[in-house]
Amino acid sequence: MSAMTIEKPWQRWAIRIGVFLAMLVLTVPGLWVMLTAFRPNIEVLARPAIWIPQNWTLDNFARLFGLSASQQGLPVAQYFINSLVISLTSTLVAIVIGMAGGYAFARFSFRGKGPMFLAFMLSRTVPGVALSLPLFMLWARLGIIDTSFGLILVYMAINIPFTIWLTDGFFRQIPIDLSEAAQIDGCTRWQAFWKIEFPLARSGLASAAIFAFLTSWNEYALASQLTRTTASKTMPVGLMDFTAQFTVDWTGMSAMAVLIIIPALVLTFIVQKHLIAGLTFGGVK
Amino acid sequence: MAEVRLNKVVKRYGKLETVHGIDLEIAHNEFVVLVGPSGCGKSTTLRMIAGLEEITGGTISIGSRVVNALPPRERNISMVFQSYALYPHMSVRDNLGFGLKIANMAAPEIEKRVNEAAEILGLGPYMDRLPANLSGGQRQRVAMGRAIVRNPDVFLFDEPLSNLDAKLRGQMRVEIKKLHQRVKTTVIYVTHDQVEAMTLADRIVIMRDGHIEQVGTPTEVFERPVNVFVAGFIGSPPMNQLDAVVRGQMAVLGDGTGVPLPAGLVLSEGQQVVLGFRPESFAPRGHSLHWEGATIAVSRPVVIAEPLGTETILFVELGGKDVQGKMLNPREVHPGEELEFTLDLSRLHVFDKASGRRL
Repeated sequence: MSAMTIEKPWQRWAIRIGVFLAMLVLTVPGLWVMLTAFRPNIEVLARPAIWIPQNWTLDNFARLFGLSASQQGLPVAQYFINSLVISLTSTLVAIVIGMAGGYAFARFSFRGKGPMFLAFMLSRTVPGVALSLPLFMLWARLGIIDTSFGLILVYMAINIPFTIWLTDGFFRQIPIDLSEAAQIDGCTRWQAFWKIEFPLARSGLASAAIFAFLTSWNEYALASQLTRTTASKTMPVGLMDFTAQFTVDWTGMSAMAVLIIIPALVLTFIVQKHLIAGLTFGGVK
Repeated sequence: MAEVRLNKVVKRYGKLETVHGIDLEIAHNEFVVLVGPSGCGKSTTLRMIAGLEEITGGTISIGSRVVNALPPRERNISMVFQSYALYPHMSVRDNLGFGLKIANMAAPEIEKRVNEAAEILGLGPYMDRLPANLSGGQRQRVAMGRAIVRNPDVFLFDEPLSNLDAKLRGQMRVEIKKLHQRVKTTVIYVTHDQVEAMTLADRIVIMRDGHIEQVGTPTEVFERPVNVFVAGFIGSPPMNQLDAVVRGQMAVLGDGTGVPLPAGLVLSEGQQVVLGFRPESFAPRGHSLHWEGATIAVSRPVVIAEPLGTETILFVELGGKDVQGKMLNPREVHPGEELEFTLDLSRLHVFDKASGRRL
């Protein structure tokens, strides 16, 4: 256990105020989006700004789903399903492959290990948008423009190196003695992995899964290039449906943004309890 | 019956050879300790017996089976790791029963065996705790318990006590010895601590640089070390070793002191030798063991005195080096005080200077 530093009351308050200011900067845009989702359009551009909606309304959501008389709905449900399918599939595949890769990097020595790891990391340094044109041409040739499969492939490529890097670190923290002890206790290498190392790496895999899911769920730049129709358009791309040539439907867009945020929040809360670190403490030494 | 046989066992990592063809036979129920400085190949040897390291050359057999190609789980061994390697996400009970569960043993039988082991090791009150909530000594016991529940042919210990403090180490040493008396099994135990080796072993295997230097009972390796390395490694404080030259029936030290050589030892005139004698064979007059054979006496001022209660270790200069003597029934000694020391010639060890071998 690390020693707790004893701080004076004024220091404690300074820290609290600092944290409050930082959180304010971070959360105000999100808060604004949330509030805007529940206000009538007329309040959005009002000056001075109206912070708390004076007329709370669910009309924006109703319009999204085509429940209001004044406007045709958007295929939000389809976008949502597309987003979910694409994000979940690419996350699942990235975790399975990334975990295997991370384990291999952490436990085995093989030819070209160092350069390969470096290459994976370097792939992270290329901005995704820089790849959008080559990807577009390649995908067009392959005929996978505007398909979920095409986007899943892209997100896997983005997520796998990161998952490998993250899980490599987590497996490295698990002493190799544990796997060896399990093998002496009668396990095959495979059993030793599933019964001992996998449960201990679970928190790492959970974090990797959150990162991969959020990356895919929120990605806009590539998706906007590679999708065309409801066949594959994801939620962030769907946001652009609210911009017309001269107007932007800010409240509708905010309502949809809320729909994007909610699943991400829910997922994060579900997985969060697996993020408790320090589970490996106490096994050795 | 589980005797363990190593036949010309070699370990190579790429071009680097760390174990150079060692031969060793370990009898059923024997407690054998592999001891040596770090890097001598003792842990590698143990891990090859366990199946955690591939055997580059030679054969290892347990009982009547050659196990070279068998994975650890088919060797019917168990091992206590230096780090204990307890499964951190399992309670003590589950740690103990894990191997049995993997072997698909029936639940009541698992419970019976786990409770037996817990009984032997006094783990009863801790069965539902996680390893993180145990003290070092308790973790050590769980690691041993996990090894005994499986009723293996061979027990392997890899420096099991080196993470414990000195007092606990002493206690656990006694417990391991008791355990072996109770659960008769072949034990192979690796340590770098010669005290552990001496106190636990039926036979000690002293290793250096991937070779076996000597195999023998604790008494044998203590009384008749085959070379200067074993002589210096076994015993605490270590054996004094002084360079000397043979002149007739005497060995003459660097400072001109002549020491009579044991009768029957034929050496050539002018041969370079190393004289070895343990601190307990070199004591101030009136403070020695009861020596029966011949002695010689030298008077020397004391350089440093280390009182230990029942004895005092005295450092004096002899043959150009500091040597240690042991004063029994000690009285207070001041540095610089001149004492007459006697050397027990019957316990003199003579080694060849060039080869280091016992003569």
